[in-house]
Amino acid sequence: MFAVLSLTLMGLALGALLGIAARYLAVDGNPLQAEINEILPGSQCGQCGFPGCNPAAEAIANGSAPITICIPGGKAIVEKLAAKLGVTIDLSALSDNTPKFAFINEALCIGCQRCFKRCPTDAIMGGPKQLHTVITDACTGCGKCVDTCPTECIRLREIKPTLQTWHWHKPNEAMV
Amino acid sequence: MKLFNIRGGVHPQERKDRSAHCPIEHVPMPEKLRIPVQQHIGNPAIPTVHVGEKVLKGQLIAHGQGMISAPIHAPTSGTISKIGNYHAPHPSGLPVLTITLKPDGKDEWIDLQPIENPFEIEPSAISAKVAAAGIVGMGGATFPSAVKLNLRNRYRLETLVINGAECEPYLTCDDRLMQEYTAQVLDGIRLMGYALGVKNIIIAIENNKPKAQQYLKLEAEKFNNIKVIGVPTRYPMGSEKHLVQTLTGLETPARALTADIGVVVHNVATAFAVHEAVRDGKPLISRIVTISGGAMRTAKNLRVLIGTPIQHLIDFCGGFDSEPDRLLLGGPMMGQILPITKVPIVKGSNGVLALTRAETQSTAALACIRCARCVNACPCGLLPLEMAAFTRADDLDGATKAGLLDCILCGSCAYVCPSHIPLVQYFQYARGELVDRQRQQYQQDETKRLIAQRAERLEREAQAKRERLAKQKAARSEATS
Repeated sequence: MFAVLSLTLMGLALGALLGIAARYLAVDGNPLQAEINEILPGSQCGQCGFPGCNPAAEAIANGSAPITICIPGGKAIVEKLAAKLGVTIDLSALSDNTPKFAFINEALCIGCQRCFKRCPTDAIMGGPKQLHTVITDACTGCGKCVDTCPTECIRLREIKPTLQTWHWHKPNEAMV
Repeated sequence: MKLFNIRGGVHPQERKDRSAHCPIEHVPMPEKLRIPVQQHIGNPAIPTVHVGEKVLKGQLIAHGQGMISAPIHAPTSGTISKIGNYHAPHPSGLPVLTITLKPDGKDEWIDLQPIENPFEIEPSAISAKVAAAGIVGMGGATFPSAVKLNLRNRYRLETLVINGAECEPYLTCDDRLMQEYTAQVLDGIRLMGYALGVKNIIIAIENNKPKAQQYLKLEAEKFNNIKVIGVPTRYPMGSEKHLVQTLTGLETPARALTADIGVVVHNVATAFAVHEAVRDGKPLISRIVTISGGAMRTAKNLRVLIGTPIQHLIDFCGGFDSEPDRLLLGGPMMGQILPITKVPIVKGSNGVLALTRAETQSTAALACIRCARCVNACPCGLLPLEMAAFTRADDLDGATKAGLLDCILCGSCAYVCPSHIPLVQYFQYARGELVDRQRQQYQQDETKRLIAQRAERLEREAQAKRERLAKQKAARSEATS
């Protein structure tokens, strides 16, 4: 009887202690993950292969994904992440995944409205049974609209340099 | 007048003798003129004509937009044959919106409206006329001149400096202009001085142009507030901040304007354009261009209509003697490589150079030996070798801290580098990357904003739906009870 009572009491007391500790000393996820999530664009576009920015942030935080993973983010985000995580990074590895934008072939568009319901940045405009078009400046090139289009009229195109965005490339010197 | 020393600089071979004695010639009318809408710093102009429209010489064909912009006028009479993209006179050769004009051969002017007594009207009317004439800084920077003439409203200005240094080798267009149109240039200078409301005017000419100095001195003797000063022949004397420092001893603060120390600098070619705009009512539709370089059969100074294809000028000078190693638009120190010759002359083009291999001396780059010759040559007191090292490692913050944004891209460092390191290309790349990243950052902030707005909208819609359903439910329960 004494043994049962004491064990019950101990169980209750320790359980309560754990409960209180869980309440007051709780850590909401990995704090680093939250900070990384803050840096990422937050468009949940999934171009990195993760279902959204938060899972990607988690993967970056625990080191299972490289910091160059965010395609629409570009070099600016890579630099911020590198500064946050204190790692050095070779930016030349980034050059092959160039940012893209969605383009609607208006001859094939039937005005079904499916694409702009899925667009995370509201970059597609149009109405029911009316042509849809992409506001290129707001498009992150995530490709969600491509998958959802029933007539396959949306393609991703590479953003070509213009006179305003072009600049000299880095000199390639093997010697220096 | 006492002159002050500037640090750094180089003494490249001048090579002006090939074209310095050639009087300014007119060029026969080309078949087509291609006029880009972006020939100045600032917002591109917007075409006001349509395809098939007949225009007269000097008629407005594109108006400026926004505070910093410049209108564009038809260089001759004819028909607009196309408005569309065409190669820009730029190293990338990327397309820019271009108005193509097919001349009718009549060269018929619109009704010109000169200002009769410009020194008796409001100074602001002069700058308004300059703005309407589409005049931009013709030394190459192409900043809209009227904006600079209006600085009087915001700064206390003492001095107008007229930049006749022409420190780039080969180029002689400003030299010829000062010799052949002395009175007109001086009149333009006085008009600008009046528009700015300054007390003193200093015309600075490098000592390698004694004739231009002499002619302008003779002309300026009539006015006691205008001085013609010979400045030492040293590159980059024509950089406005360095010219001001040579003349006044005052250094312009980093990333500030010379107006902050009470000085405004204008080019001599701009002064000539101002004279034509105010006295004759003619907008800026032509400029003087030096055609030179070892690979060019003859060197000439030409008065060229804006929009004339560069190939037309090369043909007019007899083509090439030998295959040029490098074609440049502008001077050899700061000029831009020209990948194609069918591109047009624009308001800021002061020279076309075809250089032979012996002149370019292009060699593969070697390792930096940290000899610091670039440090001695830098007129801005920067450390080019450090800036290049940071850029090489893609550490743009480091390069910025080392003074990347204070660099004027004059090329003195690359000129003296014994290892032939393309330093200026590093700096141009780094600056382009900085702008790229700023743009990306801006885009990201915008994306975040859009996503937040979308989330808010979805929430609002869901809320509205809930309320609607609740209302329906309430109505239904009322009906049943």
